[in-house]
Amino acid sequence: MSRLTDAHVALAKEIIGRYPRPKSALVLLLHLAQEQDGYITRDAMVHIAELVGVTSAEVYGTATFYEMFKFEPVGKYVVNICGTMSCALMGSEELMHHAEQRLGIKAGGTTPDGMFTLEHAECQAACTEAPCLQVNYRYRYRLTPADLDALIDDLLANRLTHEIPPHGTVAKVRQHIPSHHGVGVVAPESVTEPPVWLNGKAAL
Amino acid sequence: MTSSYSHAPGFIAGDRPKIVTSRFEYADSYTIERFVATGGYEGLRAALSRPAQTVHDDVKSATVLGRGGAGFPAGIKWGLTPQGVWPRYLVVNGDESEPGTYKDRLLMERDPHQLIEGCLIACYAAGLSQCFLYIRGEMAVAQERVAEALNEAYAAGYVGKNILGSDFSVDIVLHWGAGAYVVGEETALIESLEGNRGMPRLKPPFFPAANGLYGQPTIVNNVETLANLPWLMTNGVDAYTSIGTKTSPGTRMVAVSGHVVRPGVYEIVNGTTTFRDLLYGEEFCGGIRNNNALKAFVPGGGSAPWFTADQLDLPFEGSQVGAAGSMLGSGAIMVMDETTDIPAAALTLTRFYAHESCGKCTPCREGGTWLERILSRVVDGKGTETDLAQLIEVGESICPGDFPHASNEALGLSAVPFPYKMTTICFVGPSAYVPVHSALTLFRSEFEARIIKRTMIKVTAVGVSS
Amino acid sequence: MSTTESHNETDAVIDPNAISMTINGKVVAARKGEWIIAAADRTEDFIPRFCYHPRMESVGMCRQCLVEVEGPHGPMMVVSCMTPVAEGQVVRTDTDIVKRIQEGMIELLLANHPLDCPVCDKGGECPLQDQAFSHGPGESRYVEEKRHYEKPIPISGLVLLDRERCILCDQCTRFADEVAGDPLITFTHRGNNTQVMTFPDEPFASYFSGNTVQICPVGALTAEPYRFKARPWDLQQQESTCTTCSVGCRTVVQSSYDEILRYQGVDSDPVNWGWLCDRGRFNFQSTNSPNRLATPLVKTDAGLVPESWTVALDETVRVLRHARPGSIAILGGARGTNEDAWAWAQLADLLGIEMRDAQLDDGLPAEIFGYPNATIDDACSAATVILLAPDLKEELPVLYLRLRGAAEKKKIRIIEIATHDSGLTRYAWKSVMHEPGQQAEAVQHVLSTPEMQEQLSRGAVVVVAGRSNLAEAAHNTMAAVDAIVTTVAQVSVLPVLRRGNVRGALSLGLAPRMSTDAAAILEASANGKVDCLILLGADPLSDVPDADLARRGIAGARYIIAIDTFLNKSSVHADIVLPAAAYGEKDGTTTNLEGRVTNVVQSITPHATSRPDWMIAIELAALLGNDLGILTLQDIQTRITETVVGFDGLSVSVAVRKNGVLISTPPISPLQVHQDEIIKRNAYEFRLVVARKLYDQAVATAMSQSLAALAPGAGVFVHPLDLERVGAKDGSSVRVSNNAVSVILPAHASTAVMRGTAFVPFNQQGVDIRELLQTTNGVTDVQIANI
Ligand SMILES: Cc1cc2nc3c(=O)[nH]c(=O)nc-3n(C[C@H](O)[C@H](O)[C@H](O)COP(=O)(O)O)c2cc1C
Ligand code: SF4
Ligand code: FES
Repeated sequence: MSRLTDAHVALAKEIIGRYPRPKSALVLLLHLAQEQDGYITRDAMVHIAELVGVTSAEVYGTATFYEMFKFEPVGKYVVNICGTMSCALMGSEELMHHAEQRLGIKAGGTTPDGMFTLEHAECQAACTEAPCLQVNYRYRYRLTPADLDALIDDLLANRLTHEIPPHGTVAKVRQHIPSHHGVGVVAPESVTEPPVWLNGKAAL
Repeated sequence: MTSSYSHAPGFIAGDRPKIVTSRFEYADSYTIERFVATGGYEGLRAALSRPAQTVHDDVKSATVLGRGGAGFPAGIKWGLTPQGVWPRYLVVNGDESEPGTYKDRLLMERDPHQLIEGCLIACYAAGLSQCFLYIRGEMAVAQERVAEALNEAYAAGYVGKNILGSDFSVDIVLHWGAGAYVVGEETALIESLEGNRGMPRLKPPFFPAANGLYGQPTIVNNVETLANLPWLMTNGVDAYTSIGTKTSPGTRMVAVSGHVVRPGVYEIVNGTTTFRDLLYGEEFCGGIRNNNALKAFVPGGGSAPWFTADQLDLPFEGSQVGAAGSMLGSGAIMVMDETTDIPAAALTLTRFYAHESCGKCTPCREGGTWLERILSRVVDGKGTETDLAQLIEVGESICPGDFPHASNEALGLSAVPFPYKMTTICFVGPSAYVPVHSALTLFRSEFEARIIKRTMIKVTAVGVSS
Repeated sequence: MSTTESHNETDAVIDPNAISMTINGKVVAARKGEWIIAAADRTEDFIPRFCYHPRMESVGMCRQCLVEVEGPHGPMMVVSCMTPVAEGQVVRTDTDIVKRIQEGMIELLLANHPLDCPVCDKGGECPLQDQAFSHGPGESRYVEEKRHYEKPIPISGLVLLDRERCILCDQCTRFADEVAGDPLITFTHRGNNTQVMTFPDEPFASYFSGNTVQICPVGALTAEPYRFKARPWDLQQQESTCTTCSVGCRTVVQSSYDEILRYQGVDSDPVNWGWLCDRGRFNFQSTNSPNRLATPLVKTDAGLVPESWTVALDETVRVLRHARPGSIAILGGARGTNEDAWAWAQLADLLGIEMRDAQLDDGLPAEIFGYPNATIDDACSAATVILLAPDLKEELPVLYLRLRGAAEKKKIRIIEIATHDSGLTRYAWKSVMHEPGQQAEAVQHVLSTPEMQEQLSRGAVVVVAGRSNLAEAAHNTMAAVDAIVTTVAQVSVLPVLRRGNVRGALSLGLAPRMSTDAAAILEASANGKVDCLILLGADPLSDVPDADLARRGIAGARYIIAIDTFLNKSSVHADIVLPAAAYGEKDGTTTNLEGRVTNVVQSITPHATSRPDWMIAIELAALLGNDLGILTLQDIQTRITETVVGFDGLSVSVAVRKNGVLISTPPISPLQVHQDEIIKRNAYEFRLVVARKLYDQAVATAMSQSLAALAPGAGVFVHPLDLERVGAKDGSSVRVSNNAVSVILPAHASTAVMRGTAFVPFNQQGVDIRELLQTTNGVTDVQIANI
């Protein structure tokens, strides 16, 4: 149950500042909240609503639309096994069975130690590398059941922490627009003229 | 002749023209150093040294087709904005989620600067004053690479205020989603970018070029489409149109997955390469695994009606594929060999679209799930004759009238051309029906073999005395 | 001759936007910009629909309204709710494919619908039921398990939600966001799991929530006060006008077995567009209240005891006869009909009563009606609207909806001149905040700033004028309005006095004479100059801002005669109480704030022995020896149209029409305006703002069980920094005092309040802030101390 930390609020404001309308930052701020807590808490949604100037209900409506947002704690590692056509053709069902057995949970469940949540996922844009999966949105390709076992062993032994951050963090690199280089946002209603470079002359 | 790079999983290079994948051979292709050393940002420089309108004209005459699915020429799209309405925005569609599709992620992970350069050229040519680069939520590495590249490009003065010292200024804002296939649809993408639920808007009136982000004219272009622009600017229109055909110039990235010997992503010559080349050619997939027979293939992403061996000689060209009953879509081929359980394969796609429905249109929300339920009952061996009829009935509520499908000599079927009528706003609803319809049309016996047959038992009335 | 016909219909002779098209082969006249479905609604060919609502933006999502339009490549399927008409367009709604789609769509909608029609409030008036019958396939082939959700969950004190019945048409959610501006219910989740929900554990706290129940095309949203009360086919219904406030929304009153069970909004184009506020929609419960007065009461040594009408009226006549000349006063009348007011004004004339006022010192002087008049439509289409008014969201909710909508659609620009943030602040183009009493400076600022001057010269300007602060004198606002009206060109005024028929009562003879307004009357009474005080549905002890004055006035009257529906704070002190018929129990007409006369209807017999006010007046006149020549309501209406300026030519038959008829008020002679010299408050003081919230202790609210609990209760709101300065915490008690009196109230931090001012809601449960109000200084300053 937490609101965004001061550091995250500062970041949130920077992100909001890139959009002509604050609400545009909503999904990114939800990611920030999930990065902080591992899932989206009620307080975080209330806080985000304040930050972008909408109602909590609107934040909730947007947040629940998207698959990646969790509203209850999940495992440190969320394992998404793709089950769409290309992966299915290449044996993803078998992989899922194996994962269920190895982790002792059904798809959708979380291991009692809180380490793994197993999910059935839809196409992950790695179809030529089927069957594939993602752990906290980092890919593993052309997996055999043995590969899956090895992956789980590695994760349990914390051998992949450099590559795979805990659930919630997606990209580890953030965009920063240095103020002296950025153009900055302009409210659409205050623009009436075409941009200067459309004056029929070369820009360079 | 073919080679694959360990740092670009899935990509298979070949001895063909490379417009968008030229840097994939370098392990450090995503860094600004490598980019600039290999001619990067030269296309931008070339563009900026000419009036914006002439750059736009070049894109028009090169007929750069959209690579996101609909294949609409980019140059023409840019010209559809209403007169005198400012500002205009660029939204880059990097939401790649169509089943079978794998190319935009490679382009973003392997050559983010090329995409950035493409965005800048588009903004310059079409007078777009802010760019939002929307990457699919689950693509962590692509997000990192693009973020890093943008930070580098800002620092080096390629993006932002007074680019390369000119009066051309534009911000590129990195944005990403949170898991929803439908957000790839351009109006849904805009809704999502406005912080809303990613539900498509009705076109008309919400054609993005006229009424898009924040109600302003907005150009939505696919990652691959934009990635073509630097090469076009550096090498010129003639060089571009000398590759491929008149209606489909240049190259296309195509992902071939499923039961082939060498599944992979190939940059192919547009318009002339045939499906047979791709599936069987030595420099491409090298045939079906284990020398099995080809049963069927999906030619253009999960939404495309299926083809069988009868269509192998069609080239990668929009109108011919359309006339044959399907579409090229997003450049994704999924191959099924003779061992494939067809109803089960169809179910994976129907389940996908039912799951990914945004819920806005009644036929998609209710019909998609209904199709999935019936089909999964059939796959489980619990279906009935009525269920097969009901699949078609539900499908007709989503897509009334004739539905496109391929010809098949053995079945005596002639092709019904693409597209179809639909009762939904976007293509998600119909797409749940596409695999059902294709599979049932081309492989009906496989369905019939699985359903429960109820045979009438003849009984004779017996008198009961009390 | 001076009545103005209210709306269009007549002026469509040469219309550049006229379009001719065909629907199913028949030629249809349409207007550019219209949707096909709207054009079809004027024909016999009904197009089924679920998500379309003519007063909201189309979303085209239920897909039920698909039709075929002839295109260059043959017929195209389009949604008629979001496809504009075009010249020569050929539309077909009856082809095989359209019928197939309509049936398919209904089948799909019914797939997950629980079909629990027998126990559903909506059964019998359900668009899903009706259209399943008219356009459905007649059978369902859906054999899968249906969606399941927790059965009805209360999403507020008034509304329950049954998600299983929901067909996701987006009407309620769109209404909440687009019309009400309260996006507190939204779609959540996705695809087949999409549902309508509030934020977890946060209620749909909107003043307009009842509208969602009305527009829901299934029984997914039901209203607590109506649930399981009736079947629609058992209801009798009549069109009427809501008199809860002076907006005068058109309604349908539905009753069964002589009990009012429900109000529904009716779409009146110039007024309410079909919407009602929850207070207006649900306060019918008070009409059915067991606490209603049943018989006349007459004071004896044992207190007020029931009496027969004969005795009570004789007693009343005795009191009136024995009063000294010029010592009878009438307060009130704004709650009744035009006919009630006129009849009482006649009685007053008969008795030579000079002291009369339909208001209770809580509005603006009746002269406000004398400025060039604006209608609601004028305000919603003006270039500029200047608000010098109370928070319209709290006092005239549907006017707030109209103005909010116009501002959101960028049709108008609002300049708000106020002491604290109101519901319209976030939609205002400019908000000029001022200390109470400093309206004049604020207006000067507006009139002299170049940017605002430029705006004011852009076209019509409508001043929305009302009493925004009960803790200051009304003439500050009058002076400010006058300053604008005398300076700005193309200006008109929309007076926003709030009581239901205040405009009718003031226009029909219950306006004060020679500045002897309610305050003066009470003062006279306090000084022993009133022998008989008639309270015509008036409760000075609750409503007059200056509590001390009200108390002294009530105590000083020799006799008090109250005509009312309930016993209230004041009428318990009366000598004679006559039970009055309530809204819904009598016929007549009412006049809304813009001067629109519409009818109200009798739906049920008056409670017990109660009678309409006009009838009481006529009987008293007769007993006093003058029959006024009047026997029936129609007699009164005839006399009004014959004799009252502005009402001439008005006939009830036109008033009965949905949009009614506008009366005209003659321009007034220049107003004597004066502006107090406002003394600067000292730094330790707070200048007080006292104003009404939608829900308070007013009888109709307090006696409606579902609304009573919604009143927020007493409290004082100050800026967070001020609260800190006082040393108090949010929610803790503070002492609020002037140099004579002090009260203790819970304090709340609110950024809606300016620093240095304190906001206190009026007439709430708890301590009465009126103890501190003496507007003789023009404004009220108080001290706030932590305790
Ligand atoms: C359901 C649906 C999903 C789509 N997904 C994507 C996608 O993931 N990426 C993409 O570029 N285009 C996608 N599109 C196509 C876009 O709507 C749009 O046409 C495209 O981004 C335009 O870019 P282009 O003209 O450069 O091809 C999708 C369309 C539909 C109907
Ligand atoms: S077809 Fe499906 S996904 Fe597309 S808008 Fe309609 S409901 Fe949403
Ligand atoms: S009424 Fe037109 S789509 Fe719903």
